[in-house]
Amino acid sequence: MKGTKVQFISKNFIRMILLLIAVSIVTFTLVSISPIDPLSANVGQAALGSMSQEQKEKLEEYWGVNESPVQRYLNWAGDFVRGDMGVSLLYRQPVTKVIAVKLSNSLFLMAIAWAISGVLGFMLGVLSGAFRGTWLDKLIQGYSLLIASTPVFWLALLLLLIFAVWMKLLPIGLSVPIGVEASGVTFFDRVQHAILPAITLSITGVSNITLHTREKMIDVMESDYMLFAQARGESRWSMIRRHGLRNIILPALTLQFASISEIIGGSVLVEQVFSYPGLGQAAVAAGTGSDVPLLLGITLVTAAMVFLGNFIANILYGVVDPRMRKGGTVS
Amino acid sequence: MNQRKKTLVIFVGAVLFLVVVTVAGVFCYDAARVTDFSRKNLSPCGQYLFGTDWMGRDMLTRTLTGLSMSILIGMCAASISAIIAFVLGVMAAVLGNKVDSVISFLIDMIMGIPHILLLILISYALGKGFKGVMLGVALTHWPSLARVIRGEVLQLKNSQYIQVAYRLGHSKMKVAMKHMVPHLLPQFIVGLILTFPHAILHEASITFLGFGLSAEQPAIGIILSESMKYLITGKWWLAVLPGIMLVLTVVLFDVAGGSLRKILDPSSAHN
Repeated sequence: MKGTKVQFISKNFIRMILLLIAVSIVTFTLVSISPIDPLSANVGQAALGSMSQEQKEKLEEYWGVNESPVQRYLNWAGDFVRGDMGVSLLYRQPVTKVIAVKLSNSLFLMAIAWAISGVLGFMLGVLSGAFRGTWLDKLIQGYSLLIASTPVFWLALLLLLIFAVWMKLLPIGLSVPIGVEASGVTFFDRVQHAILPAITLSITGVSNITLHTREKMIDVMESDYMLFAQARGESRWSMIRRHGLRNIILPALTLQFASISEIIGGSVLVEQVFSYPGLGQAAVAAGTGSDVPLLLGITLVTAAMVFLGNFIANILYGVVDPRMRKGGTVS
Repeated sequence: MNQRKKTLVIFVGAVLFLVVVTVAGVFCYDAARVTDFSRKNLSPCGQYLFGTDWMGRDMLTRTLTGLSMSILIGMCAASISAIIAFVLGVMAAVLGNKVDSVISFLIDMIMGIPHILLLILISYALGKGFKGVMLGVALTHWPSLARVIRGEVLQLKNSQYIQVAYRLGHSKMKVAMKHMVPHLLPQFIVGLILTFPHAILHEASITFLGFGLSAEQPAIGIILSESMKYLITGKWWLAVLPGIMLVLTVVLFDVAGGSLRKILDPSSAHN
C-alpha cells in the first residue's frame, strides 16, 4: 500500500521533469530557428560594420554562433540547472534576478485572482448546476458565457476606463505611484495599484471554472444516488452538501490547478494594459526586444509553475480520493 | 415552433450575421484606410456610427475590416488545428500504447506552456508578422480537441460493432476510416466551430501585444491597442465599440457551435 503511493508520486514527479525538459528543448528550438540574428540584434548593424574581423569572431564565439544548436542547448541547459539563466539583454541583469523581481510582483496578482476565481467559480458552478433551468442558472450561465467570450485585455481596458478615467477611483497603472521613492511606497499603495488588474483576472478566471463545475454538478444531480436521496426526503441543501460537494471536489481540484496556466496567460495581457511591471510584461518586452535569455527563462519558469500545479493536483487526488487512498488506481 | 426549429433558426441567424460582417469587412478594406483630418476625433454620431479616430478614419469600417481579418485568420488557423487534433486523436487511440503515450505527452507539454507565451515564442521563431500569428494560432489549438477525440475513439474501440469488425478481419486502417471516422465527424465539426472563438480571441490578443500584423493594418487587436493611448483623454468609443463587436462575434461563434451540437445530437431529436 505504502509502496504504491511512493511509486505513484515518483512516477508523476519523473513525468513532470521529463515534460520540463521537453518544454526546454521545444522553446530553445523555437528561439534558435528565429530568423532574427543574435549578433545583429544584440550588437547592432552599425557597430558590426565598424568592427574588425577578429572582434567579430570573438563575438561570434561569445554568442556561440558557430557551435551546433545541440551544443548550444547543452551549454545553456547545463548553466540553467546550475541556476544560471544567462544575462538579460534588456535589463542588463542576470535573468534569475529579473525573474525574481517580476515574479514577486506578479505572484501577488495571480494569487489573489487564483483564490477569488477558484472559490467564486466553484460556488457559482455548484449553484448553477444544482438549480439547473432556473433563472439563477440562466443568469450565471449567461454571465459565464459572456465573460468567456470577452478578451481579457478588452475587459481590462473597460475597467480602466470606468474606474480610473471616469470615476477616478483607482490609479491608471504601474505597481507603485509615479515619482515616489521606493521607501515612500506604502503597502496601501501597492494594494491600490493591484486592485484593478486582480479584479480583471478574477472576473475572467471565474467563467471557465463555473462552466466546468456546473457540468459536473449536473452529472451528479442526474445520478441514481441523488434520485434516491430525493426519494428519502432529503432537502436540496442537504443533498448538495452530502452527495454533491463530495463528488465534485475532485474534478474541481484538478480544474483549480489547471487554471494556473490560464491565469498566467491572462496576466500577460492584463499587465500589459495596466503597465504593471510583472512577469507577463517582462515576457512581452523580451519577445519584442529579442531578449532570448529572458524569454527562455520566463517560459521555463511559468511552465514549471503549471506542471507543479498539475503535480500537486495529482498528489491531492491521492489524498482526497478514498479509492486512491486504499492503493487502487483511478483511470 | 419546436425547440429544434428554434435552435436551427438561431444557428442560421448567427452564421448569417458572421458572414455579413466578414464580407462587409472585406469590402470596407479600402475605406478603412482613408484618412481625413477634417473629421478627426468625432464621437459617435448619425454619420459615423462608431466615431472617428485621431487621423479621421471611420471607426465603423475599421472595426468591420479588423473583425473580418480576425475571423478569416481565426477560421483558417482553427481548421488547421482541428485537422491536427483529429489525426493525432485518432492515431493516439488506434495505433497502440506507445504512440498513445507519445501523443499524450505532447498534449501535456503544449498545455504546460501558457498559451499566450507559446504564441509569443512561435511568433518570435517565425520573425513576427502575419506568418507568425497564423502558424502560432494554427499550431496551438489542437490539444484539447485531440484529447476529446482520443477519449471518444477509446470508447468506440470497445463498442460491439467495432469489435465485430476487427473479428471479421478488417485492417485497423479500414475500421478506422469506415466505422470510426463517420461516427466522429459530427463531434469533430462541432469541435471545429467551437475552436473558432478561441482562435479569434488569441489572434486578437497576440496582435494586441504587438506580435502580429503590422501597425498599418486595421486588425482588431491593433485598433484596441491604439485606443489604449487615447483612453485617458476620454475617447472611449475607440475602445468600447470595436470591443463590443469583437465580443459579439465571439459569442455568436459560440452560439452557432452550441446550437449545431444540439441539432446534430440524436438524443435531442425529439425536443
